[in-house]
Amino acid sequence: MTASLDILRGAWRNPRGRTGALILLIVALAALVGPVLLPDPLAQPDVLGAGRPPGLGHPFGTDQLSRDVLSRVVTGGRISLAVALLAVTLSVTLGATVGVVSGYWGGVIDAALMRLVDGALAIPRLFILLLVLAVWERVPVLALILLIGATGWFATSRLVRGEVLRLREEGYVRAAEALGARRRRIIFRHLLPNALGPLLVAATLGVGDVILLEAGLSFLGLGIQPPTPSWGGMILDSREVMISAPWTGIFPGLAIVITVLSANLFGDALRDAVDPRSA
Amino acid sequence: MTRVLEVDNLRVSFPGANHSRFNPVDGVSFSLQRGETLALVGESGCGKSLTSLALLQLIPAPGRIDRGSVIRLGDTDVLSLRGEALRRIRGRRIGMIFQDPMTSLNPVFTVEAQITEGILAHFRISKAEARDRALRLLQEVGIPDPAERLKAYPHQLSGGMRQRVMIAIALSAEPEILVADEPTTALDVTVQAQILEVLDDLRSRRGMAVLLITHDLGIVAGRADRVAVMYAGQIVEEAPTSRLFSHPSHPYTQGLFASIPRIRGPLQRLNPIRGSVPAPAAWPTGCRFRPRCPKAFDRSETEPPLIPIGPDHRMRCWLAETPQPDSPR
Repeated sequence: MTASLDILRGAWRNPRGRTGALILLIVALAALVGPVLLPDPLAQPDVLGAGRPPGLGHPFGTDQLSRDVLSRVVTGGRISLAVALLAVTLSVTLGATVGVVSGYWGGVIDAALMRLVDGALAIPRLFILLLVLAVWERVPVLALILLIGATGWFATSRLVRGEVLRLREEGYVRAAEALGARRRRIIFRHLLPNALGPLLVAATLGVGDVILLEAGLSFLGLGIQPPTPSWGGMILDSREVMISAPWTGIFPGLAIVITVLSANLFGDALRDAVDPRSA
Repeated sequence: MTRVLEVDNLRVSFPGANHSRFNPVDGVSFSLQRGETLALVGESGCGKSLTSLALLQLIPAPGRIDRGSVIRLGDTDVLSLRGEALRRIRGRRIGMIFQDPMTSLNPVFTVEAQITEGILAHFRISKAEARDRALRLLQEVGIPDPAERLKAYPHQLSGGMRQRVMIAIALSAEPEILVADEPTTALDVTVQAQILEVLDDLRSRRGMAVLLITHDLGIVAGRADRVAVMYAGQIVEEAPTSRLFSHPSHPYTQGLFASIPRIRGPLQRLNPIRGSVPAPAAWPTGCRFRPRCPKAFDRSETEPPLIPIGPDHRMRCWLAETPQPDSPR
């Protein structure tokens, strides 16, 4: 797939894209190796050291239970990123499949699928999630991923359907049909690669969305369950000490902002790069 | 001469108002011999492109080919084919070139990927062999530095180059018939001539039959063996090219010639055909050219068949049965 490489290369050449990608890489790297190097995020080394401000030994300070905030931010990032990546992969796959089926086959299938999507889009995503997640006393991480993924594909399927409808009329799709290309080939060679731009943008923006969504759910106590650290959960915990130990909330908050922002920057750069004609 | 394609009474219909259907292509018949170029000439909306799409059952929904239509490719009854069997003749028996080389290439793949696509769709050969064939095809259509061009993306090529690539793609599965739908409309005049040259060259070298679809009588002159003039979904006149140019007989054909500016002879006003082609859903009864025809007379109220008027020369006009002075141009 030389095309995908070209797209990534193009996004890398864009200064904003490079900034976004670098920050995302740093965040991902930190999330990957950080927990190994840093103190145990669950350890409560000394009760007297609780609520210590940032300084030597604890760059981000400690929380009210004397746990290292840096270590918790990094470990929380690992979980947030994993949830976001898996959920977005699921919703993009679902969205692309439904979109292609709907757009390429058309007719009754298209009408039925799109009315279903219309209905689903009418219900707020957070509402569905709250409703279902409230069933569990302690929400399993897998359920969180599946539910976020399964509620995130509606808009993507519309997007892909629209692209397919447009591309189906393109000269090269008609030319491929006239050349006797198989349906599978037309879908995977001509429709999907040319719909990749909007799809990639939707996916990267989706990563940002899901990180926010997961943080929101964890903040409400319906996402990642304590004592497992998560950005949203940390902000929840910091409410009580917001005045006396603001760093317990500021650092996870910054982590959310920076990660979501860099995901969006990278998404925009990908969008610019995905179209070779604009290069 | 072997007949490679025969189209008989082809009718394409689309749904119209109140569950009715109308026929943008209405009873078109023609045949194509090996190594021959037949030009299908007509204005926009006369049904020439739909006719070419019908050959491979590529009519876009909700259009369809009506019962009673016959398309025979050698011994193959094209309209009885479905699914895999149909796929196997697309590109393999009939190759198609579309009008706009700017949109007919997939922007995200290299030239090589797109040429080998047709080869790999029809032949069981390795990628390396397919690449060799692609290279030879580019040479054949006159692309300089073909090895370099294989790696190019469509946006890196000029319009003429892209059209050459399109021709190479259409040829990739070695079809016996090449359908060129307005192959030069989007190109500069100088590039037009080169592309037509390439097509002609390929026809004689490969013994291919070419169906050239165009609205431009000028490009027909030196290239086609025979010409079929279409109007309102029907062929109204058919003749060998030289005969058609020396004896245009149908009032519509005469009108077309009268609307071309001439270099030689006294300066005079151009004589365009008045009015425009009626919409397919509203074709007049009787002769379809009647409302615009300067020579319409009482018999035009009934629809004329194609009537022979000379060697291989037929026209859809009752004047054919009414003796009149020969009208050399």
